[in-house]
Amino acid sequence: MKKNWLVAAALLLCIALLAGCGPKDEADESGDNVTLTVYNWGEYMDPDILTQFEEETGIHINYEVYPTNEEMYVKLSKGGTQYDLIFPSDYMVARLIAEDMLLPLDFEKIPNSQYTQERFLNMEYDPDNAYTIPYFWGTLGILYNTKLVTEPVDSWDILWDEEYAGQIIMLDSVRDSFVPALSLLGYPLNTTDQSELTQAQEMLMEQKPLVMAYVVDEMMDMMLGEEAAIALTWSGAAVSVMVESPDLAYSVPGEGSNFWVDCMVIPKTSRYVEEAHQFIDFLCRPDIALKNTEWVGYSTTHQDALDNLDAELTSMEAYNPPDEVLERCDVFLDLPAGTKEFMGELWTELKAE
Amino acid sequence: MVKKWIGRLYALGVFIFLYAPIAVLIAYSFNAGKSRGRWEGFTLKWYGTLFQNQQISSALYYTLLVAVLSATIATVIGVAAAIGLSQMKPRWQKAAMNVNYLPVLNPDIVTGIALMLFFVSVGVRLGFGTMLLAHIVFNIPYVILSVAPRLRKSSARLMEAAMDLGATPMQALWKVVLPEIFPGIMSGFLIAFTLSIDDFVISFFTTGSGVSNLSIEIYSMARRGVKPEINALSTLLFLTVLLLLIGINLLSKRGGKKKNGEGLAEQSLMV
Repeated sequence: MKKNWLVAAALLLCIALLAGCGPKDEADESGDNVTLTVYNWGEYMDPDILTQFEEETGIHINYEVYPTNEEMYVKLSKGGTQYDLIFPSDYMVARLIAEDMLLPLDFEKIPNSQYTQERFLNMEYDPDNAYTIPYFWGTLGILYNTKLVTEPVDSWDILWDEEYAGQIIMLDSVRDSFVPALSLLGYPLNTTDQSELTQAQEMLMEQKPLVMAYVVDEMMDMMLGEEAAIALTWSGAAVSVMVESPDLAYSVPGEGSNFWVDCMVIPKTSRYVEEAHQFIDFLCRPDIALKNTEWVGYSTTHQDALDNLDAELTSMEAYNPPDEVLERCDVFLDLPAGTKEFMGELWTELKAE
Repeated sequence: MVKKWIGRLYALGVFIFLYAPIAVLIAYSFNAGKSRGRWEGFTLKWYGTLFQNQQISSALYYTLLVAVLSATIATVIGVAAAIGLSQMKPRWQKAAMNVNYLPVLNPDIVTGIALMLFFVSVGVRLGFGTMLLAHIVFNIPYVILSVAPRLRKSSARLMEAAMDLGATPMQALWKVVLPEIFPGIMSGFLIAFTLSIDDFVISFFTTGSGVSNLSIEIYSMARRGVKPEINALSTLLFLTVLLLLIGINLLSKRGGKKKNGEGLAEQSLMV
């Protein structure tokens, strides 16, 4: 029977050890120093900026990363950690506003918000411009190799062109992949009409024999290695490979496309609203915005940063498209759950075919 | 003879299949270019930038800390539980083992979200402590699973025999039972260690307060493309685990020999 004692003692010891871990964590939190918790996409902010902010203000920053809007949403909505600043995309902003999870921003505390390019104000997801300041943005379009594609690329049609059979890369992403088909059919990108979506899926079914692969990241290597001629992709990814190869070009087809904007917003659960405003203002300060833009490499929404960027970048239409490109593009809105589910089913059907 | 060679070729094929991707990854960690598709000359710069990257360094620190702590604690708890289980009546033992299987079969996402909801509902702030607890929780069943068969193999009466021969229960545990199941403990520890390094889903949902591990960092990079530094980092991790494995194998080989020698001596004494 003494054996049981040993086991019990071992277990007790473990529990004591574990209990010892708990309070220590909380002690970290209860200090007088303000600790901002910033929740951002991976690789989406120059780490030097965090250090600089800490040095200038004495405010400590806890920096966490997330891979998708949806995963961020779960963590945010369930609590457990109070985030002070997050960077959701357009449609997720709309959802967070609809669910009353965001604080209206106090723009008087963010004087540097004056640098926001006007074309990103009063967007559909935040019509009164009350909750958001845009961060980075981009378009969805076609990346192609000019050695393999000699004709002008100005229509989504080319993704259905038999001539490029086996050399076309599509995105492994439900909503983005529907954009070419919906645009060609002339339906709105945010359609909830099931018959319109079904028609779009039928078009994608027709296209499938021509498609080399449905990928996300691998696209870059495939295009650089000239395994593929045409890829549906985002401008940010396109710019980063175009810098490496002069043969690649990018175009946003005339039928229209999607553009996305990631925003800075403060969730209602934030504990340090004042400091969160301070950090947003810091990020919008011209020198910081420029530094961050250079590090991240995506298209900036900051006018002053854009003006001072390397001309080599800003002259690229993929990086800095003219207003008329934006005018034919729409942002995604949050779709009703039923539509999302329906699209998911169509997509699974397509990929399983 | 031919049969033997076919066997060897087959084994070689299996090893190439298993290790070629890792070899490619290691090779490209020395590639001067950013692309994984083209070789542009030898460089060590990714190893340099890796250690300058604060985010990755901090993630590496937490990954290793959580892996070592959770594997150690889970091993202690798991071994104790396995020894306890082995002393139970067979029917209860079977029931307990089935309960133990459940978390192994449970999808990570369910475990992760369940743990997060649990922590939130008891009012614990998510952070290092909760991530560590979660890792211990999912590691324990694997330790039990790797130790239990060892206990079954060594006769259940081994401890009683030792005590009959005059050992105190403590001595029987430390000198007879534990050495006997040591290889199982070690493999349980290693499985726990690697699972902890590997885990994204459960870590993502149970961490907070600025604590993140490598898999969260790497997975969150997916949108921007994985950086070449990650090849360097993966190479280092692979080498660490490899060295760890070789070390443990050498140790247990030496230990095994000694034990066998002692066993023989004891046997001859008994005769």
